[in-house]
Amino acid sequence: MRNILILGGGTAGTMTANKLRKALPSSQWSITVVDADDAHHYQPGFIFTPFGTYQPDEVTRSRRKFLNKNIPLVYGTIDKVHPDSQRILLLDGRELSYDMLIIATGVIPRPDQTPGMLEGEWRKSIHEFYTYEGSIALAEKLKSWPGGKLVINIVDMPIKCPVAPLEFAFLSDAFFANKGMRDKVNITYVTPLPGAFTKPLAAQAFGDTLEEKGITVEPDFMLERVDPEAKMLVSYDEREIPFDLLVSIPLNMGAEYVARSGLGNELNLVPVDKFTQISKAHDTIFALGDANDIPASKAGSVAHFEVDIFIDNFLLHIAGKEMTHKFDGHANCFIETGHKKAMLIDFNYDVEPLTGKYPYRIGPLSLLKQTRMNHIGKLAFRWTYWNILMPGHSMPVPVLMSMSGKVKE
Amino acid sequence: MPTTTISGREVSVDDEGFMTEYDQWDETLAAALAAAIEIEMTDEHWRVIHFLRDDFKVQGETPTIRRITNTGGFDTKQMFVLFPKKPAKKMAYIAGLPKPHGCV
Repeated sequence: MRNILILGGGTAGTMTANKLRKALPSSQWSITVVDADDAHHYQPGFIFTPFGTYQPDEVTRSRRKFLNKNIPLVYGTIDKVHPDSQRILLLDGRELSYDMLIIATGVIPRPDQTPGMLEGEWRKSIHEFYTYEGSIALAEKLKSWPGGKLVINIVDMPIKCPVAPLEFAFLSDAFFANKGMRDKVNITYVTPLPGAFTKPLAAQAFGDTLEEKGITVEPDFMLERVDPEAKMLVSYDEREIPFDLLVSIPLNMGAEYVARSGLGNELNLVPVDKFTQISKAHDTIFALGDANDIPASKAGSVAHFEVDIFIDNFLLHIAGKEMTHKFDGHANCFIETGHKKAMLIDFNYDVEPLTGKYPYRIGPLSLLKQTRMNHIGKLAFRWTYWNILMPGHSMPVPVLMSMSGKVKE
Repeated sequence: MPTTTISGREVSVDDEGFMTEYDQWDETLAAALAAAIEIEMTDEHWRVIHFLRDDFKVQGETPTIRRITNTGGFDTKQMFVLFPKKPAKKMAYIAGLPKPHGCV
């Protein structure tokens, strides 16, 4: 009997565990998931919580409930991985050994990495929406906020769901308009990127949408520190941006045990081969989802497509064969733009987001355009996440990115 | 792939003028590239540029500012003094490396 340990029972870990359990005979392989708790959050829901669209109980389910009943879930905090002796140590002293290890512990926002962020104004005039607690605290804040300077700031890339800060800007505009107080709110979008997004066509489309909604963009802003007394963002080149309410997207980092185990880069992300997600350092370790360093979006859709390719490769790898399938960095993201409309982008390592229809040539979704149908797609996705993706069922969309329906210049 | 002439030599570049052949680079070219974006090279500039070159050789990709400061031991604020406004992009340009891809 050989065993697979999966660290993390979130989006990537749950899908991987369920799909591997179907693909491997229980008589030969055991599969165990390790996580600190039983709360599996539907993270895409965090963008709606601050505006009161989703209630907190709509975004949380039991991790246990979404894992195949033949997969043990061990509750524990990981202290260290010992790659040479192929075992992991938990903080309470328990040890687990593995034949194959899958790291899927994602990334977390680290406000402690920016001087001043946690000093005095945290959860008062400085908020975030990337955690369950943060999105709820921000919902409370927005209920009674009288208006003023709202500043949305990305500290550094890469971040989870790189379109979420844009969605937050668009939804804020709509939220304050609906409350009849848009004229009392000045929204500024402060980013380390040279524009609204990295890829040219999408940057243009999102930039136009920000402008249309009266949101100012401050590009190339590398945050050095927050001055909580003066309520100011200060960049490394000494630009200052005052705020009354700061919605920060703090630096995203992988789990600390990854660093302690010597498995991470400067952001505690596990360096892997971008096509197969196998660790560059150990052939008994893979890292899936946000936890790895592939140059793709840190997003559930990427994890989903990546896991599909991974399963085929993993079966080859444990049979001692060469891995022949290649993940292409496929990402597919809805962008809520407010007033019950949304945009959609579909892209990979090599092809930037283009305009057109999705999936295939018929749609019903439209790429890089604000439509009602995209918004319905986004809302329906929560059901799809829990009922199709997590149990490991197939989606009726291509795993590798397809050019069908896309408009080439 | 387009080419351009820098300091009397033909070199391969991408659409934005970033050099695409690691081995075509030398310090003479780098100084000319720096001058083109109004940067006068000092010893301090060279130390950073050589770190980028060495790191690229091992890692296969242009280091981010965070990597340059964490691994190379350079001060982030000083990077903005040496290579004003867009240090990551300017350093890569002078070092003859691909433009750092702001990850999506």
